[in-house]
Amino acid sequence: MSDEANKGLLSPLRRKLLMGMAAVPAITMLPRGAFAQAPATSAVNTTGLAVTDTEVTVGILHSATGTMAISETGSIQAEKLAIEQINAAGGVLGRKIKFIQEDGASDWPTFAEKAKKLLVNDKVAAIMGCWTSASRKAVLPVVEQYNGMLYYPTFYEGLEQSKNVIYTGQEATQQILAGLNWIAKEKSAKSFFFIGSDYIWPRTSNKIARKHVENVLKGKVVGEEYYPLGNTQFNSVINKIKLTKPDVIFTDVVGGSNVAFYKQLKAAGIDLSKQALLTISVTEDEIDGIGGENIAGAYACMKYFQSLDNANNKAFVSAFKKMWGEKTVIGDVTQAAYLGPWLWKLTVEKAGSFDVDKIAAASPGVEFKGAPEGYVRIHENHHLWSKTRVGRAKLDGQFELIYETADLVEPDPFPKGYQ
Amino acid sequence: MIINSRFFNRSELMGFIALAAVLFVILPLTLDVFRLNLVAKYLTYAFVALGLVLCWGYGGILSLGQGVFFGLGGYCMAMFLKLEASSVENTKIQSTPGIPDFMDWNQITALPLFWQPFHSLTFTILAIILVPGLFALIIGTAMFKRRVGGTYFAIITQAVAAILTILIVGQQGYTGGINGMTDLRTLKGWDIRPDHAKIILYFVEVVLLFACIGIAQFIRLTKLGRILVAMREQEDRVRFSGYSVANFKIFAFCMAAVFAAIGGAMFALNVGFMSPSFVGIVPSIEMVIYTAVGGRMSIFGAIWGAILVNFAKTSLSESFPQLWLFGLGALFIAVVLAFPNGLSGLWADYVQPRIDRLFASRKSKSDWNGNSVADGAPAE
Repeated sequence: MSDEANKGLLSPLRRKLLMGMAAVPAITMLPRGAFAQAPATSAVNTTGLAVTDTEVTVGILHSATGTMAISETGSIQAEKLAIEQINAAGGVLGRKIKFIQEDGASDWPTFAEKAKKLLVNDKVAAIMGCWTSASRKAVLPVVEQYNGMLYYPTFYEGLEQSKNVIYTGQEATQQILAGLNWIAKEKSAKSFFFIGSDYIWPRTSNKIARKHVENVLKGKVVGEEYYPLGNTQFNSVINKIKLTKPDVIFTDVVGGSNVAFYKQLKAAGIDLSKQALLTISVTEDEIDGIGGENIAGAYACMKYFQSLDNANNKAFVSAFKKMWGEKTVIGDVTQAAYLGPWLWKLTVEKAGSFDVDKIAAASPGVEFKGAPEGYVRIHENHHLWSKTRVGRAKLDGQFELIYETADLVEPDPFPKGYQ
Repeated sequence: MIINSRFFNRSELMGFIALAAVLFVILPLTLDVFRLNLVAKYLTYAFVALGLVLCWGYGGILSLGQGVFFGLGGYCMAMFLKLEASSVENTKIQSTPGIPDFMDWNQITALPLFWQPFHSLTFTILAIILVPGLFALIIGTAMFKRRVGGTYFAIITQAVAAILTILIVGQQGYTGGINGMTDLRTLKGWDIRPDHAKIILYFVEVVLLFACIGIAQFIRLTKLGRILVAMREQEDRVRFSGYSVANFKIFAFCMAAVFAAIGGAMFALNVGFMSPSFVGIVPSIEMVIYTAVGGRMSIFGAIWGAILVNFAKTSLSESFPQLWLFGLGALFIAVVLAFPNGLSGLWADYVQPRIDRLFASRKSKSDWNGNSVADGAPAE
């Protein structure tokens, strides 16, 4: 008998039941008989989107294959989780969210083609998608031309603002400035060495960081080096670091290169518990590949860490692991991707319509109190107000929160004095 | 009729009519604009495949760097379109209005000198043909005059593809880097984005494709084409007969480069952007795969190969977002293992004989002119 009961607890059915149960309190919060009294489709959808009386279709557009799949899988999982939770809580304007997933295949033109397919063929009400700046740049003209709505999760270089995009990650100044201020004060740092992958995001981020170091912190940048994406030889730059002895190594090396970089740093005898290193490109996802022992002691500047200690985050982490397995880790972008469907739902409900124009207009001021990172709000420029946090990498691959800004940081995609 | 029978033999004529019917009539009537635009994208690769038939199928020169020429053609077109899209009023949000957005992000404050001529459409069209053509001429001269051929030539073309990608990605202030050139809008004030423009561009592209087919077929049928085939089969004999093998090879390679460049330029127009992901090693190898799947000895086979492989790519990835690459890989392996001459070989071995029998039963003697046998190519 007790065996039976135990099996019952472990069964997949239990998960479904629990999810269903989780929705029960939410249903009571809904306006009476939300499903029955959902507003008429003709009223909430005047532009021919894929909205029926019971369903609304959105698109998920990430790389499920190719070199970016390792990073984007987390975003896909987070978006699916959010959609499932929203459906369990009654959907959007009384309609269940159905999603169509397309594969961008780590190839920017494919992203553009698939975005067009989602908008023109499938008439999706919104797209949750893109990851790299290159894929966003490819999709942006399509989304603007066909008047779609894109929720973009990655921290990025800024210098962009569109009626048709909500940026749920942080733009460069939001991510960098507070972190630099903190490390300059904490470590009395005066000299910085920049290392980045060679494309628009690291270059723009480092440009902003350099202006801040030189003009605001009155420090010095003693080196600035770029390596092609996928580069695995960092010995020469490590030698330069040893020669110049910077107070802080500031890195925005992305993807697989990180594995080689931190291993070679360790092999060269640079001890991250003594040498301060601030990265804006390593999340829990990357540490999975790098190995906690190779990066322990490094500081990362993000807005979210899996280890954040608040009720929202605990619920999010456990739901995520329940859905995708105990071993999965959750990085900054994964959390930002989770915000996309929720912000869209809240905006639709605020606008009382699925129409893209109305959503774009209603977005500023929409706030999401259930965000794992804490409270977030959409700014007039379609970016999010959010906090900047600094974490320290631990051996187990998690970050220990060291510092967070007291207030939400205002997004400023076109920073004056930093261009 | 006499001209036809000399320019195309009967099976080629059927191939020509079938392709023309599909591209000019059937597809535009049955597909919506979105799908038709996708076909236009597939057809840009058909130009590359056509060039590879000349250079690889007939000339025996395997180039694993056609992406370079596709890219050069595409970038020339994209530079013109990008300049037009970067008018002062479109870019007034930038610190330096009037230059392409990616230059502004990279702190470039004036249009670089080599961009200046791309304000002119005439120059751009010339550049689309001449830049890749001259580049191929240089590589070809450097290689073939020294009698570098076969595998070594393939490796070198691949290295060139890798170098050009690194150059484009590294010089992002001038090239747009890994993002490429996005958000191309108008051609001489004519908006290339709306549906009717897409339809017009599609037909322009098909007409261009048929013009290129005509050129390729012409080359094939002249003495030049026969020398190319002879070179492929027995290079030394051709050389000992007094022909300059190197010059013929250079010519075939340059033609392939120019065809690829036209495809690239049409790509920029149809898709509305250009990026280094079409230049590197992987896309270059993919281009060889389309040709191999279609049949490298057959002009029409290679074109069908380019269309069908890309169509399979789109439809498989729409239906199985997680698994489609495996399916595509399996397809390639199956085709190459089972039909080394590609789809056109399959057609020649199994379908053509039946058609011939059908005709033969009506006419006592068929008017085969044995052209394809002399070419050493399977009948199309």
